[in-house]
Amino acid sequence: MPLQDYEIVMGLEVHVELKTNSKIFCGCTTEFGGDQNTHVCPICLGLPGVLPVVNKKVIEYAVKAGLAINGNIANFSKFDRKNYFYPDLPKNFQTSQYDLPIVAGGYIDVEDEGTVKRIGITRIHMEEDAGKLVHQGETISTSDYSNVDYNRTGVPLLEIVSEPDFRNANEVKEYLEKLKAILQYLDVSDCKMEEGSLRCDVNISLRPWGQEQFGTRTELKNMNSFRAVVKAIEYEAERQAQLLDEGDKIIQETRTWDENRGVTLSMRSKEEAHDYRYFPEPDLVPMVIDAAWIQAIRETLPELPDAKRTRYIEVLGLPAYDANVLTLSKAMAEFFDETVKLYANPKAAANWIMVELARLLNASGLEISECKLQPDNLAKMLRLMDEGTINSKIAKVVFEEMFNTGEDPEQIVKEKGLVQISDSGALEEIVVKIIAANPQSVEDYKAGKKQAIGFLVGQIMKETKGKANPGLVNTMLTEKLDS
Amino acid sequence: MSLHTLTAHEAGELLAKKEVSSVELTQAVLTRIDQVEPQVNAFITRMNAGALAQAEAVDAKRARGEVLSPLAGIPMVLKDNFCTKGTKTTCGSKMLENFVPPYDGTVVKKLLDNDSVFIAKANMDEFAMGSSTENSAFGPSKNPWDLGVVPGGSSGGSAVAVAADECMYSLGSDTGGSIRQPAAFCGIVGLKPTYGYVSRFGLVAFASSLDQIGPFTKDVQDCALVMNTIAGHDPLDSTSATVDVPDFTQYLTGDIKGLRIGIPKEYFVEGIDPGVRAVIDKAIAQLEELGAICEECSLPHTKYALPAYYIIAPAEASSNLARYDGVRYGYRAQAEDLLSMYRKTRSEGFGAEVKRRIMIGTYGLSSGYYDAYYLKALKVRTLIKQDFDRAFEKFDVLLSPTSPTVAFKFGEKADDPMSMYLSDVFTISINLAGIPAISIPAGFSANLPVGLQLMGKAFSEGTLFKVAHAFEQANDYHKAKPSL
Repeated sequence: MPLQDYEIVMGLEVHVELKTNSKIFCGCTTEFGGDQNTHVCPICLGLPGVLPVVNKKVIEYAVKAGLAINGNIANFSKFDRKNYFYPDLPKNFQTSQYDLPIVAGGYIDVEDEGTVKRIGITRIHMEEDAGKLVHQGETISTSDYSNVDYNRTGVPLLEIVSEPDFRNANEVKEYLEKLKAILQYLDVSDCKMEEGSLRCDVNISLRPWGQEQFGTRTELKNMNSFRAVVKAIEYEAERQAQLLDEGDKIIQETRTWDENRGVTLSMRSKEEAHDYRYFPEPDLVPMVIDAAWIQAIRETLPELPDAKRTRYIEVLGLPAYDANVLTLSKAMAEFFDETVKLYANPKAAANWIMVELARLLNASGLEISECKLQPDNLAKMLRLMDEGTINSKIAKVVFEEMFNTGEDPEQIVKEKGLVQISDSGALEEIVVKIIAANPQSVEDYKAGKKQAIGFLVGQIMKETKGKANPGLVNTMLTEKLDS
Repeated sequence: MSLHTLTAHEAGELLAKKEVSSVELTQAVLTRIDQVEPQVNAFITRMNAGALAQAEAVDAKRARGEVLSPLAGIPMVLKDNFCTKGTKTTCGSKMLENFVPPYDGTVVKKLLDNDSVFIAKANMDEFAMGSSTENSAFGPSKNPWDLGVVPGGSSGGSAVAVAADECMYSLGSDTGGSIRQPAAFCGIVGLKPTYGYVSRFGLVAFASSLDQIGPFTKDVQDCALVMNTIAGHDPLDSTSATVDVPDFTQYLTGDIKGLRIGIPKEYFVEGIDPGVRAVIDKAIAQLEELGAICEECSLPHTKYALPAYYIIAPAEASSNLARYDGVRYGYRAQAEDLLSMYRKTRSEGFGAEVKRRIMIGTYGLSSGYYDAYYLKALKVRTLIKQDFDRAFEKFDVLLSPTSPTVAFKFGEKADDPMSMYLSDVFTISINLAGIPAISIPAGFSANLPVGLQLMGKAFSEGTLFKVAHAFEQANDYHKAKPSL
């Protein structure tokens, strides 16, 4: 049977690094980068005699995330030790949460080809990150030795486990984008896969359509972008389908995504069931999260992507497509919100942000937060257009200038002499001249090809360096040609 | 006068009156050490130069007229599982033979802030696992009362140092009796405070839910003084209690009339040495003469304490000791690959008892056994604690021998772990319940010291000091010295 005869079933385990100032159990910074082993202290190095102390902000961020995905916040929660040996784990146990996670249940709605699908979330729990192995060679197996950088140990993580509700790669991509947006809106994580502040493991299995029982799953790791996640899923689904077609069994194992070769590779020769010997962390006391605290945190929640999207559509009257694009990133949505506070036409604002701003950001590689153009200036520019001071062509010039310099649009228009020419007297000479210079177009127009006027408008715009009021030009041409 | 025989409060008075200097005290102690240390082997690391420098600094402060702590300038010793910045901290193990911590533990810091003088790091059973100090990788310490018998463990060296007048007081750690039992064997005072009263930050962990730091002293007044300094909440220790620390010396009134003392019948069964029993019975009679009311009581789940402890403690230890793998610090064996390196390092770096307990602990936590062992032991622990809670509704303190025997001979129990574990049978429940207990000298049997244990409810160290002090002052046992 080819792949389409199988149903793909997937669940996701997403780890996000929380952007608290300090680590989960000590005061070291969580900043990304830094020279090796400089963001460390006796506590996160697990030296003899040290003890952990919980960073309260981590709990707050976990509750925030739990509320944002409609989960149940545990009133009583605790940490547990997950015991295993590996050089990137200083204590050879990870302080994590086992049976009493801080959030249970919840969901995220994703849109897949017009329909809304609800992806269930099983749980969210808090844990500490491990360090990073820096291999001497290309890979671990071709290296004589590896060095360990412990900067990352103790960085707080949220592990977000989904129900096995995914049925195709697109749903996964939508989910990841939605989850990223939500966490960015909450300002609890940067969610940058390229920096490792968002990591995604996919559990994937196949079953014949109609079968209730899940097939054997493999776990995919090491995808460094949303695109890689999609490619890995597509590859693995195909690989499993082929194996099943040939009557082979799927081995339950962890597979790593090789970006260069575009394949998944087995990480273990035989599957070893890890016995982590979980037990309650005796160095930490359990946490009581009462209703009052949860409510206080709930009141700090910002407008979340779905709510914003709905408001953009229902209250501001934007089309769904615009609402989607604008709410994808917190920064863009905030820019839009600020602009609309100062200017009454949301659609116009949306267009400029989605098209021109996006284009310039892309070209320059800047983030919205870094660009010099501010919402108030965009609002001003849009008002200048409404007043007829500049036309849309000139506006593009002004916009780019604002982007590059951050200058006030009125200032730019003044300095560059870009005021729209809306005086028919001033345009008379040019209109006459262009008509005279383009007899063919005039003939075409008179013969019934009304579009030919467009060329003449274009010429006049060119002659006036774009400053002529195109509406007025059109009117004047039409008058003269119709007479 | 023999300055090294002074108690901390006696030395403190002389220092305050400027009749003696800290340097003089320190030198007296160092001389004494030179005399007796070859016989008793109490220390792993000597800190002579640093000690004299500290003593000089304190004397200078005093000369300037600064108001100093009661413990200022008084030479003391730390068990070698206390992290001391810049000074080796070995935990009695080959694994940390050359480990120099880059930080001071909280209690160490407190003592430094109080101008203490650190003389040495004391010998101990490896990673605090043992009851005789025979498990030290650096040779055993010897009991000053009889060099052929053990000083007890795991804080053997700390106890020996005080009993042999090598320092005025010392600190040890107690997880199942490791302060109280050596105190009893060496004829000195040893206190295990309420769990959470004294910060564990900087104490190399053995069993996190059981470990506590506590003092060894020559008398009860010193014990109260030391507790005044080391107790108190520590924001670096999440299990540290947020309670106020009283001035414990206010409890040394000498008046115990009407105080109710419970004698748990489960602690007075066969297996107690008759000589020890006789000493304790005499002590009970004496306490009654002093006005206390002694009555039998019951702690019905006592017989489950040892098994529960020997599941819980090794389980936590197996996890706490996982970090010793040769990767970052400590002993590292040469090997060709990671797994071999882990195996060789831990096989060679750890002694037999440590390995034994890691295996027991790993087993008890493993899949399929967790519920039957670890979880069950935690539930038993609750029952044991409830026994004490009920008893303390009726009694102010409970009383028992600290150990069923006096100090045993070297090698006598070393090959029989179970027999060794049984020597903790009276001390172990206290750690499980998290309550405080003190061992005080109560007499002699076969020329060896016998310890009396008093147990109190949580944060009742004041009451313990009151009873202990009254008993002590009615006798001279605390004044007896071994003839070294």
